Amino acid sequence: MADILVYVPGIGKPAAEVLTLARTLGDVSAIAFDDRAADAAAEYGAAKVYRVSADGADDYFIDPKATVLIDLARKVGPAAFLLPGSDEGKALAARVAIGLDNGLLTDVSGIDAEGTATQDIFAGATVATSKITKGFNLATVKPGAVATEPAPSEPVVEAVEVTVAEADKRVRIAVRVDEPAGDRPGLAEADVVVSGGRGVGSSEDFALIERVADALGGAVGASRAATDAGYYPHKFQVGQTGTTVSPQLYLAAGISGAIQHRAGMQTSRVIVAVNKDADAPIFGMSDFGVVGDLFQVLPQMLEEAEKRG
Amino acid sequence: MNIVVLVKQVPDSGLARQLDAGLRVDRSGANNVMGELDEYAVEAALQLKEAHGGEVTILTLGPDQATETIRKTLAMGADKAIHVCDEAVAGSDALATSKILAAALGRLEWDLLIAGAESTDSGMGVMPHLLAGRLGVPALTGARSIEPDGEGVKVEHQRDNGYDVLTAPLPAIASVWDTINTPRYPSLKGIMAAKRKPVETLTLGDLGIDAAEVGGEAATTEVLTATDRPERSAGQIVTDEGEGGRALAGFLAAEKFI
Ligand SMILES: Cc1cc2nc3c(=O)[nH]c(=O)nc-3n(C[C@H](O)[C@H](O)[C@H](O)COP(=O)(O)OP(=O)(O)OC[C@H]3O[C@@H](n4cnc5c(N)ncnc54)[C@H](O)[C@@H]3O)c2cc1C
Ligand SMILES: Nc1ncnc2c1ncn2[C@@H]1O[C@H](COP(=O)(O)O)[C@@H](O)[C@H]1O
Repeated sequence: MADILVYVPGIGKPAAEVLTLARTLGDVSAIAFDDRAADAAAEYGAAKVYRVSADGADDYFIDPKATVLIDLARKVGPAAFLLPGSDEGKALAARVAIGLDNGLLTDVSGIDAEGTATQDIFAGATVATSKITKGFNLATVKPGAVATEPAPSEPVVEAVEVTVAEADKRVRIAVRVDEPAGDRPGLAEADVVVSGGRGVGSSEDFALIERVADALGGAVGASRAATDAGYYPHKFQVGQTGTTVSPQLYLAAGISGAIQHRAGMQTSRVIVAVNKDADAPIFGMSDFGVVGDLFQVLPQMLEEAEKRG
Repeated sequence: MNIVVLVKQVPDSGLARQLDAGLRVDRSGANNVMGELDEYAVEAALQLKEAHGGEVTILTLGPDQATETIRKTLAMGADKAIHVCDEAVAGSDALATSKILAAALGRLEWDLLIAGAESTDSGMGVMPHLLAGRLGVPALTGARSIEPDGEGVKVEHQRDNGYDVLTAPLPAIASVWDTINTPRYPSLKGIMAAKRKPVETLTLGDLGIDAAEVGGEAATTEVLTATDRPERSAGQIVTDEGEGGRALAGFLAAEKFI
């Protein structure tokens, strides 16, 4: 079978997505820079793991990893090379494209063994199929687009020892600041996302959105109008310039449904909206909607849920 | 600090957009605007110039009508612009675009290049790293702040669960998200001044690039088909007359979410 290279990030869902898709194309050789990534490769069916140790690589941005990926791609000559559609994945894919003068597709939601890929374009309004006509099938996978499925394997592990070149040490990661995730599930990983928009009106009132999220075991999201107004931190923004989510349930409260917001949530399985404007575009894509004041509707919903609970 | 800002003209993302008969982004409409994140890149450059001196040059690759976007950047306060405009560019893929932009950048003296984190049409989010790869210049992408750092530059690189402070020597490439600033509107005075600012138009020949290396024929990717996504149809919409919350709970229970 064809060799499929995969860059596996050390974080759960994106790793699982890219590995699950890669498995359908051929024998997967995973590139792992840490143990978490190597474990994910074994959990999701890789035949081989390149376990890279590059002393000090973690202190620098993109370049050390890019060099390793370019070298491995050149050595392996894969049929396809898939990376997650994160900022890091796209940056690495761009470096590989330049390094090997190879075509590149970004944000594919699927790709077959012939290399025909599907892509959502124009914030998801259009679905395109496309392919690479020069080189191997180099693509980044859109977050949330692949239904993940474990397939434990016992991959052959090949250790790759690398010395980071001086030229790759120019962009230093001087400080890492992790903001505490809290008790709720991560936005991109959650099965339920409850988002508030400008209609929530204040940061205090976002407590209601949090209560609904907690009652449904979900994550809290926000529209850009809400994050811009300071009602909720920016990292919770859903949409084109925020996180793309694809949960089982997306509940939008006080959100009009602008195209840039829809870009980040329209592939959710069930969409529910509460908005006092019957003409809000969000209703056009909702499976269930309540035209009404979110401060009436949501507390009553919570009360009723508790009764049923 | 001399700064070049990469600006692309795109169809307005708030309106309906489509591919043309040749499966390329339809740019014929009147609704073309500056790449929405590129406005933040221009603003970031202007703020750096205002605080630390230097010159801001705009670089655009695009058709004739992209001059409207260039005028807007000059009206915001950029000093001059380079417009690479050549019919042979039509249909270029990201690799060819980066080759042309790299050639144009090779003719300029610059310390810092600032781009949008992604364009709002093709939205690939790869151009800064394609250029970094081609030019061998360090890239600090996805910035929510940019400031000088001694002889170099420092950015806060935005992540989902926090941020990283990145530092690098100049020249360097940065790209920005919309968290970095609030772009200014051009003032009337700015609009008047823009009319006198220099815009240099370059062809592929001026850059020493053979037309056969770029454009649709040389593209390394091909769009095969494009279909409108079936609109999600609206389901049941109820108006709250005192029972809306209970109706919502009923729906969520039927779907087994509660
Ligand atoms: C380049 C670019 C990128 C962008 N990226 C994103 C992005 O990633 N994510 C994003 O969300 N947006 C993004 N936007 C912004 C987007 O265009 C909209 O401005 C934004 O989504 C609007 O947020 P909203 O729906 O909360 O606010 P509004 O559009 O103001 O809607 C508020 C809604 O709340 C309703 N409402 C008010 N009070 C109540 C109440 N008491 N009860 C019930 N309903 C009430 C109103 O009827 C209204 O429909 C982007 C824009 C640009 C140009
Ligand atoms: N044709 C172009 N002319 C000038 N700048 C561009 C062009 N294409 C892309 N860019 C810049 O690169 C950024 C990222 O673009 P992209 O990789 O296409 O998403 C944009 O926000 C622009 O700053």
